[in-house]
Amino acid sequence: MRKNGKLVLSPYKKNEITAYLVVVLFFGIMASLKATGVLSRSLSGQLIPIAAYMIMAVSLNLVVGISGELSLGHAGFMSVGAFTGIITSLYLAQAGAPTVVRFVVATLAGGVAAGIVGFVIAIPVLRLRGDYLAIVTLAFGEIIRNILNVVYVGLDRNGLHFATTSDIALLEGGSMILKGPMGAITNEEISTLLEGFILVVVALFLAQNMLNSRTGRAIMAIRDNRIAAESIGLSVTKYKMIAFVVSAVLAGFAGVLFGLNFSSLAPVKFGFNQSILILVFIVLGGIGNIWGGVISAGVLTILPEALRQFSDYRMLVYAVVLIIVMLVTNNKSVGTFMSGLKGKLTSRKKEGGDDSEKN
Amino acid sequence: MKKSTFKKVVVMVLALCMAFAMAACGSKDEPKTEAKLVIGGIGPTTGGAAVYGLAVKQGAEIAVEEINAKGGLQIEYMFEDDTHDAEVAVNAYNKLMDKKMQLLMGTVTSSPCVAVSAKTYKDRVFELTPSASAPAVTEGKDNVFQMCFTDPNQGKTAADYISANMSGKKVGVIYNSSDAYSTGIVDGFKAEAAVVGLSVVAYEAFPSDDTANFDTQIKACMNAGADLVFLPIYYTPASLILSQSKALNYAPLFFGCDGLDGILALENFDLSLAEGVYLITPFNPWTTGKDFADKYQAKYGEMPNQFAADAYDCIYALYNAFQESGCTADMSAADICDKMVPYFTGSFKVTGLTGADMAWAKNGEVSKAPIVAVIKDSAYADL
Repeated sequence: MRKNGKLVLSPYKKNEITAYLVVVLFFGIMASLKATGVLSRSLSGQLIPIAAYMIMAVSLNLVVGISGELSLGHAGFMSVGAFTGIITSLYLAQAGAPTVVRFVVATLAGGVAAGIVGFVIAIPVLRLRGDYLAIVTLAFGEIIRNILNVVYVGLDRNGLHFATTSDIALLEGGSMILKGPMGAITNEEISTLLEGFILVVVALFLAQNMLNSRTGRAIMAIRDNRIAAESIGLSVTKYKMIAFVVSAVLAGFAGVLFGLNFSSLAPVKFGFNQSILILVFIVLGGIGNIWGGVISAGVLTILPEALRQFSDYRMLVYAVVLIIVMLVTNNKSVGTFMSGLKGKLTSRKKEGGDDSEKN
Repeated sequence: MKKSTFKKVVVMVLALCMAFAMAACGSKDEPKTEAKLVIGGIGPTTGGAAVYGLAVKQGAEIAVEEINAKGGLQIEYMFEDDTHDAEVAVNAYNKLMDKKMQLLMGTVTSSPCVAVSAKTYKDRVFELTPSASAPAVTEGKDNVFQMCFTDPNQGKTAADYISANMSGKKVGVIYNSSDAYSTGIVDGFKAEAAVVGLSVVAYEAFPSDDTANFDTQIKACMNAGADLVFLPIYYTPASLILSQSKALNYAPLFFGCDGLDGILALENFDLSLAEGVYLITPFNPWTTGKDFADKYQAKYGEMPNQFAADAYDCIYALYNAFQESGCTADMSAADICDKMVPYFTGSFKVTGLTGADMAWAKNGEVSKAPIVAVIKDSAYADL
């Protein structure tokens, strides 16, 4: 809307635009650095995982930040997406499809598979609240990983063969795609930076438009006061389910992008630690703050690599940095100092702006 | 009050700045006086698999020191941590490439190694892994070689040895179904057992290396009447199986693979339990590897395991092949790779701690004689 001839954005819009700006700026700068050859291999190799983690941050924010339920099993959805994506991609490769088609179809398949798993899991999970829900999601994350540990998939001229042991009789020229605990070891790396960037933008678009809609407001109303929301006729199960499933689908997308970036991927990668890592992204970026989560996903992925000089102590330094950031961002005097600085820089702006960023 | 908190913040920020300044210092390239051969290594030096990564790192360090002390072509050796994770391993590899690595000795564990070897294949970097034993590591990649046996090969060797020397035994197998190493060996063992007509009475799986109670698996083997238990697993669960079998008064012959190597160095382990256990190991620190073991113990204060020995051999194999194939330290990694691959698969042979006259096939597999040892008086006795 316009006020005194100036464009005044609602807090929602402001956050939305910031998120897009962050992503476009980050990938724009990285891509141009990469094109000019300034970017080190170490950093450019991390760009696609960063994109995947950014999507994961958006995805988990939908459940934790917007829907207000703590999920500790998001790596499970990511793994479903990743392995579905890998199977789809390799199947299509045999059929002779070009890489772009393979990537797009794999992404859709991964998203759908993760969405279905999310739906099935949400039925029992959403009957619970708070800590209980967190524990059950944790359990489901582990269940998914353990199931993947006994999935064997082979591919030959007759198509795909599934089994729970490695005894699959394949025709000549066939190969095993998934080998239980070994995971996928014949995968082809087909993810590109552009595809990663597009997927991040798509995830942001889906999440932010949902938030700024009737559905999103209903989800947040349920989060803020379940009884009040029920009393005005909102179906709690339905809206929580929507948030959960959309989040699972996005996690599936992230998984595909991630999975198709490595030639080997084992289910053990998607353990409890991975789920916690994603949770750390959004806690550090501010729960419910989408662009904050996106930034911290990027920073926290680069940080352990940037700390390699400390060799064995790098994870220690990483933890110290995390604690310092948490302390500093929650420190009142730093907050006053920053807003004072902001006030000086933008001078005679109204005060409302600072509050809106905490949304 | 407010002032002091502000001070705290300033101090924190300054500390961070210093940390990063230090970091910047560390990464600065030192000007090279003369061309050195840059060998990179990747493996887990932190996390659950750190035992293996550290052993490889240290074993290779000893070889590098020996070579550099001799004079002539000098080696610059860099080792990066991968925490036994494919994603981190690829990052570590990229980091080493930024540092102008010419040859790669790594990676230590299988799953990360598959991810990294796909990269080295694309970038044309010669790679020799000391211990990544999955066949997929070298499959379809002409530039990747293994110093260790592949997992199925070990299973095959074990089945052959048992049928030749311990015929008539009923075999029970206890393995880790979530582990690539363990399932790989079992696959090879199963196939060969069918060929040589071994009587295998039980395949009992356990779900992870964190498993603490093996009563179910041990009792299943007992009830099936197994008088030989094959343990294609790592030494931590194996030590538990040994002690729990004793508690159940079950005393079959135990037969392990190279994963059991290290069991004698395990803390709080009753060494008498391991007496009479057979294992396949390429390296014996009490006989052929005594000199190396003494050197290692003096430097790092512990007994070397076969990972350290494999890494030691890797460095010598790389160094010898590099010089003999006529490469020089100022060549690019891709040029070196082009020259070394045909030489390595050709007449090249190396004798080291883990085998004599080791040679490599085009598919990357090493050919050397496997050694079966039995534990006697808390040491490996060759058979």
